[in-house]
Amino acid sequence: MQAFADLYAELDATTRTQAKLDALARYFKEVEPADGAWAVYMLTGRRMKRLVGPRRLREWLVEATGLPDWLVEETYQHVGDLAETISLLMENGEVRPAVEGSLAQWVEYAILGLRDLEEEQRKTHVLEHWRGLPRQACFLYNKLLTGSMRVGVSRGLVERALATLSDRPRALIARRLMGEFTPSGEFFSQLFDEEHREERDGQPYPFFLASPLEGDPSSLGDLTEWHAEWKWDGIRAQLIARPNGIWLWSRGEEPMGGRFPEVETAALTLPEVVLDGELLAWDADVLPFSQMQRRIQRKTVGENLLREVPVIFMAYDLLEYQGKNWRDRPLEDRRTALEKVIADSADPALRLSPMVRGTDWEALASLRAGSRERMVEGLMLKRRASPYRSGRARGDWWKWKIDPLTIDAVLLYAQPGHGRRANLYTDYTLAVRDGDTYVPIAKAYSGLTDKEIQQLDRWIRGNTVEKFGPVRSLQPKQVLEIAFEGIAPSPRHKSGIALRFPRIARWRHDKPAEEADTLDQVKDLLRVYGS
Amino acid sequence: MRDPIIIPTDEGLFCPAGDFYIDPWRPVPVAVITHAHADHARAGSEHYFAQADSLPILRHRLGEQHVFSAMAYGEQRRLGQVTMSLHPAGHVLGSAQVRVEHDDGRVWVVTGDYKRDPDPTCAPFEVVPCDTLITEATFALPCYQWPAVEVVGEQIWQWWSGNEQRPCILFTYAFGKAQRVLAALAEHTDRTVYLHGAMLALTDMYRDAGVNMVPTAPVADRPKGHDFHGELILAPPSAAGSPWMRRFRNASTGFASGWMRIRGNRRRRGYDHGFELSDHADWPALLRTIRECGATTVLTTHGRSDDLVRYLRECMGVDARALTTLYGGEDD
Repeated sequence: MQAFADLYAELDATTRTQAKLDALARYFKEVEPADGAWAVYMLTGRRMKRLVGPRRLREWLVEATGLPDWLVEETYQHVGDLAETISLLMENGEVRPAVEGSLAQWVEYAILGLRDLEEEQRKTHVLEHWRGLPRQACFLYNKLLTGSMRVGVSRGLVERALATLSDRPRALIARRLMGEFTPSGEFFSQLFDEEHREERDGQPYPFFLASPLEGDPSSLGDLTEWHAEWKWDGIRAQLIARPNGIWLWSRGEEPMGGRFPEVETAALTLPEVVLDGELLAWDADVLPFSQMQRRIQRKTVGENLLREVPVIFMAYDLLEYQGKNWRDRPLEDRRTALEKVIADSADPALRLSPMVRGTDWEALASLRAGSRERMVEGLMLKRRASPYRSGRARGDWWKWKIDPLTIDAVLLYAQPGHGRRANLYTDYTLAVRDGDTYVPIAKAYSGLTDKEIQQLDRWIRGNTVEKFGPVRSLQPKQVLEIAFEGIAPSPRHKSGIALRFPRIARWRHDKPAEEADTLDQVKDLLRVYGS
Repeated sequence: MRDPIIIPTDEGLFCPAGDFYIDPWRPVPVAVITHAHADHARAGSEHYFAQADSLPILRHRLGEQHVFSAMAYGEQRRLGQVTMSLHPAGHVLGSAQVRVEHDDGRVWVVTGDYKRDPDPTCAPFEVVPCDTLITEATFALPCYQWPAVEVVGEQIWQWWSGNEQRPCILFTYAFGKAQRVLAALAEHTDRTVYLHGAMLALTDMYRDAGVNMVPTAPVADRPKGHDFHGELILAPPSAAGSPWMRRFRNASTGFASGWMRIRGNRRRRGYDHGFELSDHADWPALLRTIRECGATTVLTTHGRSDDLVRYLRECMGVDARALTTLYGGEDD
């Protein structure tokens, strides 16, 4: 555990990629495989089932510190991280010994060991650790208790460190780290085995992610080298069909088995194949994303919902065919095979993402202009000769999205952020005018530069009307332009409207609040683009 | 109820019975200065009272044309119907609390900025009994509890001595914090530390006042293209990201400040290392001081006063209120 705490401190103390890579490689080399496995598990953002909720931890913290609960709450809001707040408040100036025991032992004993305890015993156990651990270790212990462990290390960096250490291709390591795994010494050792081992059957390949195309597509060269198709607005998925089973994975590497039974049933008509595509709500044509959302939220689907919101798999790539890896073949060849596979299946829940044809870039641009009416997000441009790469490799796949919708809204409430944004007002509630009052229309967290955030933070502190816990209500003065991808009616929102992916496009210093958009104007947008 | 001895005004904290201001932020006839940091000592007033050790710094910062009266710690001055004296605040060289005793027997104390932690660069804080205490509240949350200064000094030394291939740039405020770091390093080494130009005069003044520090030299004395690897350089935070930084290739950066106790603050500012070194009172020190001085009324200035006020009222039975002031509070 001490070695892991030291690694964490080292990763936390640098912004240089090479230094992080070196620290990771050194750690993985030195520790026992079981510790390595847990470190990989946590650094790649996987979470154990939470055994104690944050609310309970806050109660215990109040009890352990003897501070009033409101003060603990204020402190937490200020620090912006519960695990850190606990480690700071439980420090009492005494020098505490370094931690003994391996990371794996710690997880088994101090975290998973809580599983079998009654509530009261759990508390005793946890408080003992709070009182005994030095700050950094206490912080990590709380991170383990509460779940995620973000430390500015991307999954790709962990893969690179493991690849460097073992001299295996990064893609192989990446693939072995996909999906769910049980962190054990055996798992960690097998990460470094040779490719020929029989890989686990349902394992997905890493997704190839497109980069946003800024500017003019003619910079991509001759149109004939490119394949265009719609950028679908659904859930990216990988469909694995093998003789011994069907697997469906999300881009976030969540297994989605059982959630889209119509697609899994349809996949039984496929030969042995791995497909990349999009899950879409579909009834003769694509349904609005708000319909799809009804399906996303369900782990199991009732018959009514299955009937009301049928889902299909819109296939656009083929990664494996007849037991062979096709990812290195050019897109053209993969596409030909994909067309055949889908045609042979003939199941209506499996569709082929059609090619979008234009005589030149301008023709494509005008087709793209009609995206919103088609309920797609724009166009995808893929180089015909390109292999199926992994991750966000630039150059071969571009998403050429349509410009977002925008409105000018007024900043009405602000709340401090977390982590890097702790103690800074960065979570904004934005409103539009409705007669003499303002109606909240969206929450936005991103889009301003660090400098603007600082500036707005200072303004917020000086222009607060009232405080409700961490939330401040503000003078309706600042106008922010928000961009969003879609608009839909929503009974759950006071305005009756929900915006999709709202973010701040720019700070309209030039605009007084009286000239911000009105609810009626937003309702007009809903009529035109609403779904 | 009798009139308050000190009241907030547009010019700053004002003592009507003595006709003087404490740390005014606009020009006034008579200003009593707690210490020479820019948010407390502003130019343009007609007459300044200040602790003797802070005078060279005040002259340097405000300009020679001003009229100053030097006071020793504990020395008393009659001003109108009050007796005013200055007492060590332990914040920086020459920093003082202002004690104001009215002829009717009431005693008010304004702490200015202060700390209770040991600091060889200035006189240690002294508890001044009073009826009403006007206290700073820069770090008034229980998450602020400073580690021992020796521990932090050791951390800075480890960082410096462990970085043989890279320059180490430590950002600190030029007045007070920089000299405290230089004094703490004297426990570990007699190697020379390089200083940004903004720190030279102040560091000389500390040396003149007899403060023991490691040797220093101006960065600007090194020839163009000089390789600073393995060296420690002290610079004010405003130098971060400026063209001045270009001469230090591949530097490891650190910031010495109480704010560095919070991980998010350090990461947001993008420093490699944060060293928890503050010249302000932490939460235990604020409470301890309020208890020890015996004040029945506490007024707060700076930063996060609301929580301290509520805590004093609800948990310590002290009558407390927040005063609105223009003191920085962010700098440490």
